[in-house]
Amino acid sequence: MIPFDYRRATDAEAAVDLVHGHPGATFLGGGTNLVDRMKLGVSEPEMLVDVSRLPYDTVEPLPGGGVRIGSAVPNSDLAAHPLIREQYPVLSQALLAGASGQLRNLATTGGNLLQRTRCVYFQDVTTPCNKREPGSGCSARGGYTRQHAILGASQACVATHPSDMAVALAMLDATVQVQGPDGSRKIPVAELHRLPGDEPERDTVLGQADLITAVDLPELAMATRSTYRKVRDRASYAFALVSVAAALDVADGTVRQARIAFGGLAHKPWRAARAEETLRGAPATEEAFRAAAEAELAEATPLADNAFKVPMSRNTLVSVLRDLA
Amino acid sequence: MTTAEESMLRANAIGTPLTRLDGTEKVTGTAPYAVEHPVDSPAHLHPLQAAIALGRATGIDTSAAEAEPGVLAVLTHANAPRLASTGNGELEILQSGEVGYRGQFLGGVIAETPEIARRAADLIRVHYERYEHDVELRADRDDLYKPEQVNPAFDTDTAQGDADGALASAAVTLDATYSTPMEHNNPMEPHATIACWTDGELTLHDSTQGVYWTQAAVAPLFELDQQQVRVISPHVGGGFGSKGIPHPNVVLAAMAARLVPGRPVKFPLTRQQMFSVVGYRTPTIQHVRLGADEQGRLSAITLDVVEQTAKVKEFAEQTAIPTRTMYAAPHRRTSHRLAALDTPVPTWMRAPGECPGMFGPEVAMDEMALACGLDPIEFRVRNEPETDPESGLPFSSRNLVACLREGARRFGWHDRDPRPGTRRHGEWLVGTGVAASTYPVFAMPGSQATIRATPDGRYAVRIGAVDIGTGTWTALTQIAADALEVSVGEVDLEIGSTTLPTASGAGGSSGINSWGSPIVAAARTLRARLDEHGGTVPAEGVEATEGMPDNPHTSQYAMHSFGAQFAEVWVNADTGEVSVPRLLGIFAAGRIINARTGRSQLLGGMTMGLSMALHEESVLDPRFGHVVNHDLAEYHIATNADVGSLEVDWLDEHDPYVNPMGSKGIGELGITGTAAAITNAAYHATGIRVRELPLHPDKFLR
Ligand SMILES: Cc1cc2nc3c(=O)[nH]c(=O)nc-3n(C[C@H](O)[C@H](O)[C@H](O)COP(=O)(O)OP(=O)(O)OC[C@H]3O[C@@H](n4cnc5c(N)ncnc54)[C@H](O)[C@@H]3O)c2cc1C
Ligand code: SF4
Repeated sequence: MIPFDYRRATDAEAAVDLVHGHPGATFLGGGTNLVDRMKLGVSEPEMLVDVSRLPYDTVEPLPGGGVRIGSAVPNSDLAAHPLIREQYPVLSQALLAGASGQLRNLATTGGNLLQRTRCVYFQDVTTPCNKREPGSGCSARGGYTRQHAILGASQACVATHPSDMAVALAMLDATVQVQGPDGSRKIPVAELHRLPGDEPERDTVLGQADLITAVDLPELAMATRSTYRKVRDRASYAFALVSVAAALDVADGTVRQARIAFGGLAHKPWRAARAEETLRGAPATEEAFRAAAEAELAEATPLADNAFKVPMSRNTLVSVLRDLA
Repeated sequence: MTTAEESMLRANAIGTPLTRLDGTEKVTGTAPYAVEHPVDSPAHLHPLQAAIALGRATGIDTSAAEAEPGVLAVLTHANAPRLASTGNGELEILQSGEVGYRGQFLGGVIAETPEIARRAADLIRVHYERYEHDVELRADRDDLYKPEQVNPAFDTDTAQGDADGALASAAVTLDATYSTPMEHNNPMEPHATIACWTDGELTLHDSTQGVYWTQAAVAPLFELDQQQVRVISPHVGGGFGSKGIPHPNVVLAAMAARLVPGRPVKFPLTRQQMFSVVGYRTPTIQHVRLGADEQGRLSAITLDVVEQTAKVKEFAEQTAIPTRTMYAAPHRRTSHRLAALDTPVPTWMRAPGECPGMFGPEVAMDEMALACGLDPIEFRVRNEPETDPESGLPFSSRNLVACLREGARRFGWHDRDPRPGTRRHGEWLVGTGVAASTYPVFAMPGSQATIRATPDGRYAVRIGAVDIGTGTWTALTQIAADALEVSVGEVDLEIGSTTLPTASGAGGSSGINSWGSPIVAAARTLRARLDEHGGTVPAEGVEATEGMPDNPHTSQYAMHSFGAQFAEVWVNADTGEVSVPRLLGIFAAGRIINARTGRSQLLGGMTMGLSMALHEESVLDPRFGHVVNHDLAEYHIATNADVGSLEVDWLDEHDPYVNPMGSKGIGELGITGTAAAITNAAYHATGIRVRELPLHPDKFLR
């Protein structure tokens, strides 16, 4: 850990200015991921700009429908919020499936979205890692890849994004409100995180001084019966091997619309567009669900330790859709 | 001469569920753990670890570290104290730039704050000459060797009759290979030390399972007399074997403190560091063969074990030991073979030998029962030996069958349908399984206790024992009270320091046996002396010191605890997730000194067994030579959510031969057999026989 400066921002503009003017600066939310990385020497910011106390700590209905979640809302509060539990249960379930009670009390909405991969080589400065040190090589290839990607990976990086919350948000078509040096803009959550390509050091499309101020959930009737299913190596306090966020609109035994996102399979929450397309107008049967899963997973490229993720994600999706139908 | 029966202690406080005497201190955070001891102006150590698995540090550039404000000294092999050669390659660090395993200590930074020490350690640049390393354990290696003995001093191999011949002619046979992965002890309190040199003498506040064991290992390295090393350890936050004997962290702390004489140096390890320097359980590969007749009577049992040790120091896990005692068969063989690797040194981990050794063979017994068309309990009962199968000695007491029967009754085993994969609760496949537990009764020689009675009616009991969280403070007080025939409130126990009479460490579940016996002996002598004073305590007080009395029965009887564990396991038919809603353990372990802390020991053992069954696995990356999942986010230990109903009970077992307390030791018994019971239940649930731990979901995916 290197010595660093600590600032507490008073408003969004000031926070952005502080970080914008300082290449070694970065935002600090609850610190549950960033501070760990600093202790490990994985991240070495020279200045932390604390944004956890900015006035983005509420969950409120939006005038035109939908809900706005402030970026500083703790994960625990968000999971427990009545609006979320009633209208977007998938989000509440995803949050509660993540980390531990203590961590969720500290973790913020913004920080959760931007937490970095748990790839064991990324977190260990004694091993090469393209994400941590571009060009140094990818130790996961040929190494321990139980937690790694089967979809959308590149030669340079096979890491997965660890957030459960982000998977639910991607399924819900949430958008992120961003305040940057050039003003504010909106980015769909599904487009926030990148595939690694040959720039694995870039997790998202955000710039260094882009501050997340809120996440907006669209009004979505089918979300009231949405669900999150996480499969992991232990019953609690473990990252997903595979997770599924889904909502299903079925009328007269026919699927009108399906919304599906996978976690644990890729460098970003994986919106399963092919599976959704396959299901549109299909009968709500186990065979159709299986066909949809297989369509989505057709291009999976498993690694040495994670071939099981193909049948596991297929079965999990089928089981989730079976329950929703 | 008094008979064994007559010398047994009358239980009064013993057996009651006395609450922990140190409980209030523990839950209010006032019980000091190693680095929490208040010391004046401490300095802080952060280690420098090798980033290669084999080779030599050809240059260590410490200039940037030394230039950091707040750095007091930088330690490397260039300025490290010379250590006497004691033949312990694990402890003899910093004597050259040689690297024998990745993560080995190459030095350290001593600074005013832990943050500065850590930062400065990051600034040290090491140049290496690398040699090709070898860290992969496989059963087909051609360089496996036979150690002279296995831990602590058992025969490496044993054989009786003609096992191969018996197998060739057996009506039913089984030939299967089981494996357990590398596992790390991971006590809650990290290994931690405060070292301080004053006037050429060394004081260590150390998180250890044995203050005298630490003293005995450290003193000769620094060419000190034993009494020149003082070790203090009143409370220890768990050890599970890895704090049994000191590891290089204690030596590094003592070396660092040498560079800042008079200043105490604090050195708590990080969790990541614990994965490379304080030991682990070796992975094991267990080849089991069983032969039986049509009635399910075993004619042959063989177990051939392959496991690893480190080139820097040998440790030979005694995995085949329980197989020598569990079941009768005229033809039998056990063996251990080791691969010496460029890895850190394996060590004791809760029930070394018995814990992995009750996995393969107890799953094999389940497979064999099915092959013989017998219920697994009935199969075990049929093969119950009358005397210890290999030594021929009678058992001082053996109640495995009673445990199996009582457990079966409580668990509701009688109407079990043996067919696998036939019960469902929604998407979950449901099964039940059983396995046996066993652990030997150990007592270590050499402990002494002093008891002093004073006219104020108090009894000061002093012994250099330790409490690693097991309840020693409480249980020894109960034993002393009963031996003195006074109430526990009249006893003042002192443990946890080498300023107290010499004692063995907490290991091999021997603590209560080894410390209780001299306490009982000293109490009896003291009471005789008090009788000489007409039953009153003279003004100057009365004192008695006794050592561990010889137990003539040790060579006449085979002494072991037994138990039976039952598991209900649910496996998700879609995802393969494994859950254990119910575990029951019934044990026969002699007299249980404290019903509350005793129960906790067995519950804890079974929980750790469940954790071993479902989760624990250290992943060593052969390219780098280190464990890559080296933190508690990635190395999974069971969480509360993984533990369902967990029930423990014991039979009232009377054994006058083991020691005057009638106690057998329970720290390790509970972890033996749990993983096999769960694995057997998972088979019963799914029809999928997993022979490699842990039972990760992907092993049950279809
Ligand atoms: C042991 C452990 C287990 C865990 N298990 C899970 C799990 O199962 N599932 C899961 O989803 N998560 C899990 N987590 C991760 C946890 O959810 C994250 O650590 C947490 O959500 C991060 O939030 P934070 O506010 O603490 O972020 P911080 O650590 O403060 O920040 C994370 C990143 O986001 C940036 N940042 C923070 N706020 C903003 C903002 N408003 N705008 C722009 N950038 C910002 C920071 O610069 C930093 O790079 C686990 C964590 C641990 C330690
Ligand atoms: S998978 Fe990505 S994060 Fe992991 S080692 Fe490779 S480059 Fe680094």
